[in-house]
Parts: sequence; C-alpha cells; structure tokens
Amino acid sequence: MSGQGEALTSSSYIQHHLTNLTWSVDGGWNAHDAGFWTFHVDSLLVAVGLGVLFLWLFRSVAKHSTVGVPGKLQCFIEMVIDFVDENVKDTFHGKNALIAPLALTIFVWVFLMNLMDLVPVDLLPHAAQAIGVPYLKVVPTTDLNVTLGMSLSVFALIIYYTVKVKGFGGFVKELTMQPFNHWAFIPVNFLLESVTLLAKPVSLGLRLFGNLYAGELIFILIALLGYWQLPLYFPWAVFHILIIVLQAFIFMMLTIVYMSMAHEDH
Amino acid sequence: MNINATLIGQAIAFAIFVWFCMKYVWPPLLDAIEARQKKIADGLTQAERAGKDLELAQAKAAEKLKEAKAQAAEIIDQANKRRTQIVEEAKNEAETERSKIVAQGEAEVEAERNRAREELRQQVAVLAIAGAEKIIKRTIDKEANSDIIDKLVAEL
Repeated sequence: MSGQGEALTSSSYIQHHLTNLTWSVDGGWNAHDAGFWTFHVDSLLVAVGLGVLFLWLFRSVAKHSTVGVPGKLQCFIEMVIDFVDENVKDTFHGKNALIAPLALTIFVWVFLMNLMDLVPVDLLPHAAQAIGVPYLKVVPTTDLNVTLGMSLSVFALIIYYTVKVKGFGGFVKELTMQPFNHWAFIPVNFLLESVTLLAKPVSLGLRLFGNLYAGELIFILIALLGYWQLPLYFPWAVFHILIIVLQAFIFMMLTIVYMSMAHEDH
Repeated sequence: MNINATLIGQAIAFAIFVWFCMKYVWPPLLDAIEARQKKIADGLTQAERAGKDLELAQAKAAEKLKEAKAQAAEIIDQANKRRTQIVEEAKNEAETERSKIVAQGEAEVEAERNRAREELRQQVAVLAIAGAEKIIKRTIDKEANSDIIDKLVAEL
C-alpha cells in the first residue's frame, strides 16, 4: 500500500482510493488478509451516519408534522413519503406495515449513500489524511459488503414472509413444483427455482455495487487527468445524478416487488 | 474487495434503521398526510354543499318573493272590489234613505193637507151654519133644525 511519502503513480493513486479503512478482530487496523472478522470502518461509519441523518431529518419533521398547512420542509418530506407510498400501493397489494417504511428507508438511505459519490473524490480522503487516517472510501455503496448486507437482509425478509404467508410447505412447493407442475420435474424445477431465488439478492446487491463502483472509478480516472478533469468532471457528475437516483429507486422497487411476490400466490 | 464482517454490520444497521423508520417515522408522517387529505376532501364537499344550499336558498327566496307579490296583488284586488262594494252599498243606502225621507215628507204634506181640508171643512161648516143661522134666525128656531145641520155637517 502506498504511503504518503511515496511517489504518486496512477495505479497507486487509484489503489489508494479503492482501499477501505479496516479494523479486524485479529489484526487490528489495516491488517492484510485479516480474515472474515474485518470491518470496513469508513463504509460503516458513513453508512450509519447517513442513515442517522435520514432518520433524524424525517423524525424531526414527523414530530412537528401538522395536519394543517405544512411548511416547506414538511412538504418536501411528504413528497418523498407520498412517492414511496404510491409505489408501494401500486405494487404491493397485501397488508403489511413493514413494506412501506422498508421501501422508504432503502430509497432515502441508498440515495444518500450514492450521493456521497458527488463529493469530489480527493476532498474527504485528503482531509482524513490530514488528521492521520490513511484510507477513506467515502461512498458506502461502492463497497460490496454494504450492498450485499442490504440485499441479503431483503433476501431474509423474502424467505421469512414466504414461509409466513404460504407456510413451509408452500415455500418448498414453490421451489419444486414450478414452473413444471409434475413430480417428475421436481429436480429440474428445484434447480431452476433455486437459481431464481438466489439470483434475487445477488443481482440486487451487485447491481447497486456495480453501478456505483463503476461511477466512482470513472470519477477517480477523471481526477487523474490533470486540468482535463475540469470539463469532464461536470458532465459525468450530471449524468451520475441520474444513476444515483435511479439505482436507489431500482433497489427500492425490486424490494417491493420481491416482497409482493413473497406475499402472493402465483 | 473481499466479503467480510462489514456485511453483518451493515445488515444490523439496516434492520435497526428500518425498525426505527417503521416505528417512529412512517406512521406520524403518513397519518398527517392522510388526515390532511381527508380534511381537504371534507372541505371540498362542504363547499360544494354550501354552494348547493345557497342556490336552493336563492330559489326559495325568489319563490317567496313571487308569492308575496301575488298575494299583494290579490289583496289590492280584493280591496278594490270591497271599495266598489262599499260605495255601492252606501249609494243604495242613501237612495233608500232619500226615498224614505221623500215618502215621509209626502205623507206629512198629505196629512197637513188633510188636516187643513178638515179644518177648512169645519170652518166652512161653521160658516155655513153661521150663514144659515143668520138666514134662519129671521125665520125659524135654531134648535128645531139643528139635527138637519148636523147631518149636513157629517155629509160634508
């Protein structure tokens, strides 16, 4: 790993930007190959910080929310709530008090985490270096652990609600008696349905990770161009705004769809 | 990029955030939105109802006005009729009164005339008797002929 004193090459610059600040149970700070029990401290801190920001903002508005004429901030928050609520109602027809707050949390939290991508790539890492933190990766959604952490949580909810609504038998039946409803096809069905089921969290997590990782990488590459980054940075940032919102929306929408599938019979 | 315990940390944070959102953020905000929607809908229906009420009241007022006008016209008509009737009655009464007075006057005149005639007749009779007396005095006794004179007086 490149330290501060070494000559700055392109690859070491990129490498530095893509390295997390880690702490592991076995090796302490920034140990090499410290095994599973390693935490990406920067990802977690930024993610939790943004989550708390989101909840604090929404909670403070909720506390002072009025049925009468709402203020501008309440209007904005209510627009977000209404947007999420509409999407949930359009897609999810069952009765479950969890789905809408889940969708809201995903949408706003993922959006905020993605939004960190628009902070100039060197700003926060350099600031961190100035106070002695060697590595800082500021966009949590460019960390596969973060996106998979969320998508696997959604996966757990899918399985939980499938079993809860349809029973364990129904869950097994869904895995084995589709798409060909005949006992002879059980192995084939099981193979197909298992792949379908497992592909849900994997694709959900990888899609978000891939989009944001690629976007971040391009920001880093643009940052390498010297003065040429000035005309290039802006269009990519504008384009990236679209990706930021879109990926947050897709993550939310797919979660709602998966939840809806878990609740409904085919 | 390796999978490590960050994943678990993120999942736990996710679960806590969702729980908090479900408990403290979503319900009050959605309740406020829905309460406001209901309030607005109620307000709109009320406004609509008030508009209808106003229209109804206006129609009723117009009808009442028309009725009152008709009634007034009827009353005026009746008064006119009554006036004509009263005038007619008064005229008739005056007429009767007049004829009564005239008849009375005529009767009085008649009575007076009769009385005068009677008086005249008696005076004539007295005169005749006096004349006759004067004539007869010379010739006959007054008492012997008085019955004839009485008879004559009665015949006049």
